[in-house]
Amino acid sequence: MIESLFPNVDWNDMWEATLETLYMTAMSTFFTFVIGLVLGVILFLTAPKQLWANSIVNWLTGAFVNIFRSIPFIILIILLIPFTKYMIGTIRGPNAALPALIIGAAPFYARMVLIALKEIDKGVIEAARSMGASTWTIIRKVLLPESKPALISGITVTAIALVGYTAMAGIIGAGGLGTLAFLDGFQRSRQDVTLMATILILIIVFAIQFIGDRLTVKSDKR
Amino acid sequence: MIELKKLSKVFDTGKGSLTAVDGVELDIAPGEIFGIIGYSGAGKSTLIRLLNGLEKPTSGSVVINGQDITAINSKDLRKARQKVSMIFQHFNLLWSRTVKENIEFPLEIAGVPKEKRAERVLELVELVGLAGRENAYPSQLSGGQKQRVGIARALANNPEVLLCDEATSALDPQTTDSILDLLVDINKRLGLTIVLITHEMHVIRKICHRVAVMEGGRIVELGDVLNVFQAPKENITKRFVAQVTDTEDSQETIKHLRELYPSGVLIKLVFVGDQTEQPILTKLIRKYTVDINIVQGNIAHTQRGAYGTLILQIKGSQPEIDEAIAFLNAEDVQTEVMAND
Repeated sequence: MIESLFPNVDWNDMWEATLETLYMTAMSTFFTFVIGLVLGVILFLTAPKQLWANSIVNWLTGAFVNIFRSIPFIILIILLIPFTKYMIGTIRGPNAALPALIIGAAPFYARMVLIALKEIDKGVIEAARSMGASTWTIIRKVLLPESKPALISGITVTAIALVGYTAMAGIIGAGGLGTLAFLDGFQRSRQDVTLMATILILIIVFAIQFIGDRLTVKSDKR
Repeated sequence: MIELKKLSKVFDTGKGSLTAVDGVELDIAPGEIFGIIGYSGAGKSTLIRLLNGLEKPTSGSVVINGQDITAINSKDLRKARQKVSMIFQHFNLLWSRTVKENIEFPLEIAGVPKEKRAERVLELVELVGLAGRENAYPSQLSGGQKQRVGIARALANNPEVLLCDEATSALDPQTTDSILDLLVDINKRLGLTIVLITHEMHVIRKICHRVAVMEGGRIVELGDVLNVFQAPKENITKRFVAQVTDTEDSQETIKHLRELYPSGVLIKLVFVGDQTEQPILTKLIRKYTVDINIVQGNIAHTQRGAYGTLILQIKGSQPEIDEAIAFLNAEDVQTEVMAND
């Protein structure tokens, strides 16, 4: 039945490509989370009247975030080719996609982190200060736990965007379901391959959404 | 315990400067419950934040237990804050932590080892009457319970001073009273100095030993609660005292009685301490042939004794009325003839 619906699909290739997409998504989400968190916390704490109020650092971080968030992803990949070559040694394969994926998504997530942190009740931060907490303690024990649901729902949205980015990166040879859909499906006019790749991408996206939603709800004790 | 010297705080608002605290001088004794009352914008919020260095003064100094907290580095200031803790109007609990974990937070900051933290949290939960609720999240608690967590959290590191920032303003009257009782209990049991700011005279009356009235960044009146109630000097103080003693209804009644008996004299009596328990009115009526209407009566208990007011209408001939007032004065009751306006 499935064989007759998808006559041209090579299931081994399809499985391989799915793993590559999952690998790229997982790695880039992880690094995006870490870098975005750091950038978001810097943006938050260096804003006026905050604990590290510093207009220069705030401006520079804000400019970096805004620029890289604004460059269309497909152009960013091309712009980053020399950098990728230097970092990874090649511009082909799943690892070569990672720098562009992370640099494209981290600023996006940083903005979400900033929004999440701004939602925190200022009184709670004041209370922590009144107990003698250092800024580092406030970051670890107040800012991050108190914004956890928003941080999780933010990384969920970002991870889903990253699945889309991996498909785009696939077109210029990153591998994964994007490459398969483009080279095997589109260029060789095998509609069934494109369709199957699409179905698998949808399953990945829905799974991420489901897990993200569950974790968000579970972390919210308000 | 706490000495404020020429303390001022000026905010730069962008459109000019705003003097929130203006040359405040204050001495608060150890073990005292000291109230600061004022309307919003009087500078009391800024003043209380100067006491634990959450705000830096523009000039002047804050000396707590011999340590000038305006002159120490940030590390020592953080250490000092563990001994000057604070509770808040909106409780400011971490919603992501349970009752137990919220109370544990200041202990984590102070670097107390885990086993000792658990032990201390248990004591504190008992102390503030939250046994059985340790594992609840703040969202599952009532306002009064949240403030109890706030108090337990503030007491965790055995502070010497407890600052209360409008701690009961978000609570209903009954809960307010139970929280105030808890504060008095803590003050007596632990000998802790309490500084509280409020706009409710009820709070001052119920638990404070001394009170400072703040207006426009300055302390305009300062004294023992009982004295301030008995003889408020400034207009603003009189208005605050009226919050607890007068009611709108009594104003209406007074107006009505004046219309009904334009001949009589309205007189306000103030009793303090033991006088509140004397049958002064009985003596008055037996001795003089005046008629008396009771317009309004009120007895309030402060930490320094009882305080009562009674508004009477006295009817009779002018000499009789004068004699009656002279009698009251001789009994050491403070009298005030209410002007006919």
